[in-house]
Amino acid sequence: MAIMGTIAPILTAGWMGANGDDGWRLADYVARGGYAMLRQILENRRPPEEIIAEVKTSVLRGRGGAGFPTGLKWSFMPRALSGDKYVVCNTDEGEPGTFKDRDITRCNPHAIIEGMAIAAYAMGANRGYNYIHGEIWEIYKRFEEALDEARQAGFIGQNILGSGFSFELFAHHGYGAYVCGEETALLESIEGKKGQPRFKPPFPASFGLFGRPTTINNTETLASIPFILKMGGEAYLNAGKPNNGGSKVFSVSGHVNRPGNYEIPMGTPFTQLLELAGGVRGGRKLKAVIPGGSSSPVLPADRIMECTLDYDSISKAGSMFGSGALIVMDETTCMVKALERLSWFYHEESCGQCTPCREGTGWLYQVVHRIENGEGRPDDLETLAHVAGNIGGRTICALGDAAAMPVQSFIQHFRDEFLYHIEHKTCLVPKDVQWAGSDFHRFGN
Amino acid sequence: MMFSAETLRKFNREVAKYPAGRERSAVMACLALAQEEQGWLSPEAIEAVANYLGIAPIAAYEVASFYNMYDLKPLGKYKLTLCTNLPCALSGANHAAAYLKEKLGIALGETTADGRFTLVEGECMGACGDAPVMLINNRHLCARMVPEEIDRVLEECA
Ligand SMILES: Cc1cc2nc3c(=O)[nH]c(=O)nc-3n(C[C@H](O)[C@H](O)[C@H](O)COP(=O)(O)O)c2cc1C
Ligand code: FES
Repeated sequence: MAIMGTIAPILTAGWMGANGDDGWRLADYVARGGYAMLRQILENRRPPEEIIAEVKTSVLRGRGGAGFPTGLKWSFMPRALSGDKYVVCNTDEGEPGTFKDRDITRCNPHAIIEGMAIAAYAMGANRGYNYIHGEIWEIYKRFEEALDEARQAGFIGQNILGSGFSFELFAHHGYGAYVCGEETALLESIEGKKGQPRFKPPFPASFGLFGRPTTINNTETLASIPFILKMGGEAYLNAGKPNNGGSKVFSVSGHVNRPGNYEIPMGTPFTQLLELAGGVRGGRKLKAVIPGGSSSPVLPADRIMECTLDYDSISKAGSMFGSGALIVMDETTCMVKALERLSWFYHEESCGQCTPCREGTGWLYQVVHRIENGEGRPDDLETLAHVAGNIGGRTICALGDAAAMPVQSFIQHFRDEFLYHIEHKTCLVPKDVQWAGSDFHRFGN
Repeated sequence: MMFSAETLRKFNREVAKYPAGRERSAVMACLALAQEEQGWLSPEAIEAVANYLGIAPIAAYEVASFYNMYDLKPLGKYKLTLCTNLPCALSGANHAAAYLKEKLGIALGETTADGRFTLVEGECMGACGDAPVMLINNRHLCARMVPEEIDRVLEECA
């Protein structure tokens, strides 16, 4: 799928062809001005502090979900320390609803490579890995091809463009584990182990990959770097809104007429994105939206319709900006069934290390499952609140919170629907309406 | 157990991605390549990968059993992994599951009597805009699995 629509695009500008990926090769990227920024930085020996300051000015916030300011994160790296230091790109995109990094890698892999090389230069890193989600093998192969091109052209490797700066970059292919998107699990995975998150502190900037200083950033974050430096931090910030710099690639899935990726400025009203995405499928009524990937709290229609798409507005509405992945649900959706599927996911994907998450996610699933199947008990909502409350904040990584938040928010906003289920032993939305509402979606209809 | 020269060449290429002394990092890739060559990961294959990398067999087994895409049991010639997570489900994944079950005459988790197809449920593949999506043999991701597309894709699986 190509990018389906844009407003004032930065990252996706110039993507070519019906599938958006006709211009993924090195020659095309260079023709679009690619690698000029890396070349300029190396030729002018631009001071690394200056690059980090520019990224800070842009107020680029990490696109992987947590929204941590990228420039600040980069400043934590001990640049002067000798020995190996790493930049790691997180393309493990497994957060349900999120599919932007796949398209960025497919359509513009060299922007990631250039962004990583600049990041490495700014942080004094000499090696890097791009960790790519297991299920997108074809994209992984493409990234490897792009790496070969970049290596041959001298944009990565030893003594890049004769500058004396060296940066070795490789791709690491995941093999099916959502938790490896969590940055320390990802590092364990590159080390050839089970993907079990590490305690923090120590943070990766002091003890990361192979125990060396490491910075992990999301694909979209890193791919944005060349463009930010080209237009200047100030201009990038102004392209969005204060405290929410730049543009963002939003993944829109579920009950819309035109699901897909859309790049629009931060702070664009949700209603405008919904319109770009062709509106609610079949002209039906919007019921709810999960605004930031499946781990973010669900928002009922009236709340999301008031939101602009930026960190501040979404969190004020009671949810999280997350990865910028909007899962749209219309009036044919049974909220209990939707939550049941998500709860199964977190239960399946818990790494099993922390008892509250390993056991708790199982409990959450079992209870939602029995409500959905007409076996709910009067005190089940209390049980769910209790179990969810005992996971959140009590685990090594945020997967536990990610499992708890959907449960808490679904019950908060759709309590009557859960109660109806428990009392009447069936869905509020008739089964045949649900089934028809989520039928095969054919584009162009 | 011996792997083909081609597979060993690919093993070497993977090991070279990591610093000296960090051969263990290549275990995920080597297990995937071993599985690609042999169709599944037998205990012997896992041990052979471990020996090749100079790590304890249990360390390789731990990895093979942790990640979802390794197959520790033999399965059909074509493994069909259908994503049924919420975004796909909102765009027909459950309909696709019903269609596949009917067409192949098997339930989720089963293999057809002729040993050609195994049908399993998967989690989000990071391709929800193309829903419903299905992955064939861990390698080929198929978009928009409406009935005609499912028919076409299965026909290509000779
Ligand atoms: C369970 C879990 C899954 C995650 N999955 C991803 C992911 O697929 N991609 C990603 O970039 N970040 C993911 N993250 C966030 C990363 O831990 C990390 O914050 C991010 O990669 C940092 O990059 P950024 O600062 O550029 O956003 C996940 C976090 C958790 C707790
Ligand atoms: S939910 Fe199926 S690919 Fe994301």
